[in-house]
Amino acid sequence: MSKIVEGLYYTNTHEWVKVQDGFAYIGITDYAQESLGEIVFVELPEEESSLEAGEELGAIESVKAASDILSPVTGIIVEVNDELEDSPELLNEDPYENWIVKIDLESKSELHKLLNSTEYKEICE
Amino acid sequence: MYYDKLIFEISNSGRKGYSLPDFGISNYEIPKDLLRKEEAILPEVSELEAVRHYTNVSFKNFGIEKGFYPLGSCTMKYNPKINEDISSMPGFNLHPYQPISTIQGSLEIYYETQRILSELSGLHTFSLNPYAGAHGELVGLMIMQKYHQDREDFKRTKVIVPDSAHGTNPASAVVAGFESIEVKSNPDGTVNVESLKELLSDEVAGIMLTNPNTAGIFEKEICEIAELVHDAGGLLYYDGANLNPILGVVRPGDMGFDIMHINLHKTFSTPHGGGGPGSGPVGVVEHLVKYLPTPVVKKVNNEYIIEDENDTAIGQISHFYGNYGVVIKAYTYLLSIGKENFANVGKHSVLNANYIKESLKDLYLLPIKGVCKHEFVFDGLIDKSNHVTTLDVAKRLLDYDVHPPTIYFPLTVKEALMIEPTETESKVAIDSFIEVMRKVAIEAKEDPDLVKGAPYNTVVKRLDEAQAARKPIVKYRDLLT
Amino acid sequence: MFKYLPHTKKDIEEMLKVIDVNSIDDLFLEIPEELKKLDLNFPNGLSELEIYDKFNILANKNKNLIPFVGAGAYDHYTPSVIKHLIGRQEFLTAYTPYQPEISQGTLQYIFEYQSIIAELTNMHVSNASMYDGATATAEAMFMATNVRKRTKILISKTVNPNIVNVVKTYAKYRGFTVDFVDEKNGITDIDDFRKNNSKEYAGIIVQNPNYYGIIEDLSDFREILDDSKGLLIINSDPSSLALLKSPGEYGADIAVGDCQTLGIPLSFGGPYIGYLATTKKLMRKMPGRICGVTEDTDGKRAFVLTLQAREQHIRREKANSNICSNQSLMALFVTVYTAVMGKQGLVEAQQKSFNATHYLYEQILKLDKFSEVYKQPFFKDCLVKSDIDSEIINEKLLEKGILGPLNLGKYDKSKNNLLLFSATEKRSKKDIDLLVSILEVL
Repeated sequence: MSKIVEGLYYTNTHEWVKVQDGFAYIGITDYAQESLGEIVFVELPEEESSLEAGEELGAIESVKAASDILSPVTGIIVEVNDELEDSPELLNEDPYENWIVKIDLESKSELHKLLNSTEYKEICE
Repeated sequence: MYYDKLIFEISNSGRKGYSLPDFGISNYEIPKDLLRKEEAILPEVSELEAVRHYTNVSFKNFGIEKGFYPLGSCTMKYNPKINEDISSMPGFNLHPYQPISTIQGSLEIYYETQRILSELSGLHTFSLNPYAGAHGELVGLMIMQKYHQDREDFKRTKVIVPDSAHGTNPASAVVAGFESIEVKSNPDGTVNVESLKELLSDEVAGIMLTNPNTAGIFEKEICEIAELVHDAGGLLYYDGANLNPILGVVRPGDMGFDIMHINLHKTFSTPHGGGGPGSGPVGVVEHLVKYLPTPVVKKVNNEYIIEDENDTAIGQISHFYGNYGVVIKAYTYLLSIGKENFANVGKHSVLNANYIKESLKDLYLLPIKGVCKHEFVFDGLIDKSNHVTTLDVAKRLLDYDVHPPTIYFPLTVKEALMIEPTETESKVAIDSFIEVMRKVAIEAKEDPDLVKGAPYNTVVKRLDEAQAARKPIVKYRDLLT
Repeated sequence: MFKYLPHTKKDIEEMLKVIDVNSIDDLFLEIPEELKKLDLNFPNGLSELEIYDKFNILANKNKNLIPFVGAGAYDHYTPSVIKHLIGRQEFLTAYTPYQPEISQGTLQYIFEYQSIIAELTNMHVSNASMYDGATATAEAMFMATNVRKRTKILISKTVNPNIVNVVKTYAKYRGFTVDFVDEKNGITDIDDFRKNNSKEYAGIIVQNPNYYGIIEDLSDFREILDDSKGLLIINSDPSSLALLKSPGEYGADIAVGDCQTLGIPLSFGGPYIGYLATTKKLMRKMPGRICGVTEDTDGKRAFVLTLQAREQHIRREKANSNICSNQSLMALFVTVYTAVMGKQGLVEAQQKSFNATHYLYEQILKLDKFSEVYKQPFFKDCLVKSDIDSEIINEKLLEKGILGPLNLGKYDKSKNNLLLFSATEKRSKKDIDLLVSILEVL
């Protein structure tokens, strides 16, 4: 059973959103990293680019699979997690600790369209 | 002894393995500023060192002549030796710019091969220019695109591909400028006609199908599917990857397909060469012939000619005439096999596949029951209690000198183990494969760790593929730093 | 019974019993009957002896000529050892190295091939091969348009028209635009390039040595592209790179070309092999297979296909390219050629080709009816203007068993009777003098 952290927002495409100090941190869930297997590369977006909810923000490659990361929210990317460039395996090791991008949210109201941990748990079952 | 040296690692400065004549032509100077300055690291070995090196490298490979190679979807049949001898005859080693009068023999081979492919497939005319199956798909889809554009039907931007299709199908659709949309499969892997009906519209340019499909099941509703697609204004593309089992039994053209490719390296016995060169001739029905790529080889008044330009064609898709050397091999095979043996190619491949399926279905999970064509898919072992996966089974087969089947394809079967024995395998070879498969299944039950740790008898054991992709070392120079 | 179909009647009966059907035809019952009524117009099979007779007759309908033309296919020497090594069943009859433990042979030669291409081009990474140089160039265009998210590309008018045609075909169906950069004096007109380049273009495709055999100095291209963030795509004959300034030294983003010049027989246009190499930055945007190094569970060095997430079998419609089967065995050909020719041989073969072409050029220009077209440095193709109709020239040469020059009028009527000759290390002084003596009396 994969791990789901309480208090985060989730998407049905297995991304999570954590809101802290007005910024949204985005990562992939434990379920996502488990199904991908050993992650070998994370394609990161450029900082300062703007994103619509549902738009591709990057991609994750494992040995035998690849998956796009879809942005759960609308906003501007203020920071990308550079560490993932050299150590993509961090997403396998702790997917909730290692966020991928930090986004300046356009509006918090979007968050309510996302899933809570209980709803997300149902999807993973 | 395991030989693991690279050619660069046995090089010695000043050594050479060649000789060239001195024709007494004086030396001319290349302007200095146009010369390279970076020194290239290149091999320096004697002739014997080179020969011994590549001979030792070859020992690390598994080919069809070593053992059974039931790689699903790849049709690994015997590659007759005579094909190689014929294609390397000096009389066929010609410059592509030789005048027509001096290449009549080569053009006859090209033309006759086109003609035989038409006869066997039921499509009107072929081009042999495409280099491989995926190249054929691309060319075929360009033809589909141009056909709709010429009718000023610009709305047709989508191509339907089954969820069980080869990855090349959706990829080719995109490269040809289409959007690829998926149609769902029935539990037996065939196209779900109801889902297809929902997808069909005036935005659909056509559909790509293999028949039999990737699970080895014949689409028995093919005539209905063809009618539906045609009625909706679309065209049908036949992916020739699975043509082998229906050779001499039924023809794609008669099923209603408009465009197809044939993999000469699968169906017509030319060697796979470690991944190529193949050849992917494309055939079309009569009203699409004008779209075939240039150059086109034709026969006019008993002379073979090459048409370089043609306003109605999709354009040029190869520098010259495709993998011509491969075409000669396929033509040799076609002439050798002849009409009287032809139907048995498909029939015996189907017989072999069903025989293996029936002999193993008590140990391996058969998700699609009933008669298959040239190949079939197991969903791993029936007994999954020891968590022995398809990958483990495949690796254990290596220890028994069998090339594993295709694994984890099609994507619609989770633990897919796709087995395709071809018609060139004898019952003895097939029986010993069945015996090995049974043995591995029993090992998985009695000593699962043995199977999970396999292989043991290969030159290297399981590899760390993640490391290779995380820190790519892709050339000799990368090893020096 | 037939030699490629081993089953006896008894085998078939036993197998049918296990399957529990009465006949092989019972395995085809689901196929509609009306589709199964075939009567193929196809001859009966031939024995080996008959096959040899048949192909001897066909070969005799051809005529082997001594080529004095290149223009994309060059008659270089092929050392004997190559055919023996690439004909080994271990290489010839294997398929894509999906199971690395029993495919180390294929994987190792792909790694050596990638190393050779990377060395010659001075690029970071090469893939395991493309179909030919023209399709490799088209794939490079797709890489550039994909990386830059732009839909237009520039191509120099000095690129071989066959390559241009293939690039245009690939572009057309995807809705991309290919615009020409003019030529001036036989080379890419850099002023025209500077003038027309913009951020709308994903980059430029140039060829060096170009279609006319002229060695272009591409030193100023990088800077122009840096302004527009366009990619520099250089198509080069890889054999020429033993001597000439490499794509990497010119700052290329993608290097492509056809490896036929590395000893591959003419074989009426194929199989040849395209190469595609790029920078570290663009590595994951490449099409095709790539081999990398890793270790097995015992820590032993081993080779494996890597960065596969770019490819069609994983990415499907989002793959970098649809390529699957490529020209792998020809990559082995190139690798063995480079091994036996080695560092010295590659240089010697190309310097001798350069010498032969220059000697030929000098001798032809001594004739009254032939004149110079461009005053530019050239490699192993040379262009001359003829006052005599090219058809007459080629007919006369044909009588003596010589394949004459390419008339550029074949692809561009305004260039009629501009003749492209070529000579390689296989052409002797005697051969060249013979050719010149035939031209002399026209």
